[in-house]
Amino acid sequence: MADKNEILAGLAEIVAEETGLDTNEVELDKSFTDDLDIDSLSMMTIVTLAEEKFDVRIPDEEVKNLTTVGDAVTFIEGAQK
Amino acid sequence: MTDVVITGLGATSPLGGDVSSTWEGALAGRSGVRTFDNDWVEQYDLPVHFSGQLAVPTAEVLSRPETRRMDPSAQMAMVAAREAWADAGSPEVDHDRLGAVVSSGIGGIWTLLNGWDTMKEKGAGRVLPMSVPMLMPNSPAAYVSLEFKARAGAHAPVSACASGAEAIGTAFEMIQSGRADIVIAGGTEAATHPLPIAAFAAMAALSKRNNDPQGASRPYDTSRDGFVLGEGSGIVVVESAEHAKARGARVYARLLGLGMTADGHHIAAPEPNGTGQTKAMQFALERAGITTTDVSHVNAHATSTPVGDMIEARGIRGLLGSHADSVLLSATKSMTGHLLGGAGALESVFTIKALAERTAPPTINVTEPDPELEVDLVRDTPRALPADGQLAAINNSFGFGGHNVALVFGTA
Repeated sequence: MADKNEILAGLAEIVAEETGLDTNEVELDKSFTDDLDIDSLSMMTIVTLAEEKFDVRIPDEEVKNLTTVGDAVTFIEGAQK
Repeated sequence: MTDVVITGLGATSPLGGDVSSTWEGALAGRSGVRTFDNDWVEQYDLPVHFSGQLAVPTAEVLSRPETRRMDPSAQMAMVAAREAWADAGSPEVDHDRLGAVVSSGIGGIWTLLNGWDTMKEKGAGRVLPMSVPMLMPNSPAAYVSLEFKARAGAHAPVSACASGAEAIGTAFEMIQSGRADIVIAGGTEAATHPLPIAAFAAMAALSKRNNDPQGASRPYDTSRDGFVLGEGSGIVVVESAEHAKARGARVYARLLGLGMTADGHHIAAPEPNGTGQTKAMQFALERAGITTTDVSHVNAHATSTPVGDMIEARGIRGLLGSHADSVLLSATKSMTGHLLGGAGALESVFTIKALAERTAPPTINVTEPDPELEVDLVRDTPRALPADGQLAAINNSFGFGGHNVALVFGTA
């Protein structure tokens, strides 16, 4: 089980790989679309990679609720069981 | 009829990561073929141990997100297209009059097969969302259209190993029909994967000269035993002469004619008399408004297969007659291997450079020419084309399925 900080670090690595952003730009209060300029296809890629990395399932209908990086970290933390 | 010219060149190939290094390699008679530096041969019992592999991997040129979002075939096209566009002067253009025509013979086969491996290993939930945009055969054309905001049309005519030439032909027709003023056009292929190698080998199409990879691609040599797979991309900027003149562009060559026919004969074997191939050349000359005696140079399709090379050579002799004695014939696949959908485009780059520098590149590895060969083959070292006057050259490309494409270029 990964804690909040580990999830953020792991997610930041995935986002950085996908977008070319620096990992330290991926902060909890950043919006995926407005701040990080991530389109829906890239978001689905990030979700697919995060599911594998953290061994969780993120349903498609849940993805639209993941507005910020913090939302995703919280969801992944809760889904790890 | 609208006059059409070539104003930019780009390439990434087994000989070099750009046009100048690729052309220098070709003039030096270098081979870009090498043995695989992985375990494919042991792992899959692969009967062929080598291919023409990119001299400069795309990962060294493109950003990490770009290599994640594009199949290798589109990555190679992007590298070559950026070079070609910069070479054309990165002009300010009306984007509604700019086209993109970039073909691949096979498409995003790495993405397709990697996706299938992932699915078998980890299930459907791990298949990446970018799989379809990356594997679709129009992906290189779409990415080039996206990169340069080419909105006059984006096309990817697919005709196996004639695809790259057909792409340039399509660009020619887009301009002549008035749909575009300027088109980024060419071909790309990234099929150095064990499956296509096994599949081509199963057809007995590939050379198995494993003890001498650099000598394996030997068009017209008596001991030729098949083609050598290559990878890479060639891209040219095709432009109406009027548009090029108005912006003061440097012109490498004129694109004078296009001839396209189909054999209607066999799904893989060429028609033995080469009737369709010869007609493609003849139509291209007619459309160019020139005669056979105007031709000084031919960049042959010549893949180094026992049957195909001589069908084309006999066709050239038949069409040009005794004038064939004074036409310099080059088979550059001897150095690059066969780039499949990229071949016709990279060889167009060679043909255009040959005209611009009045120098025909060599054919390597011909130690004993086929006794039937009745053409003037440029061997081992480059040879000069006539120093004066307008010159014309033919670039042939033929593909599995009986696709025949001939392009005629002329000096600027």
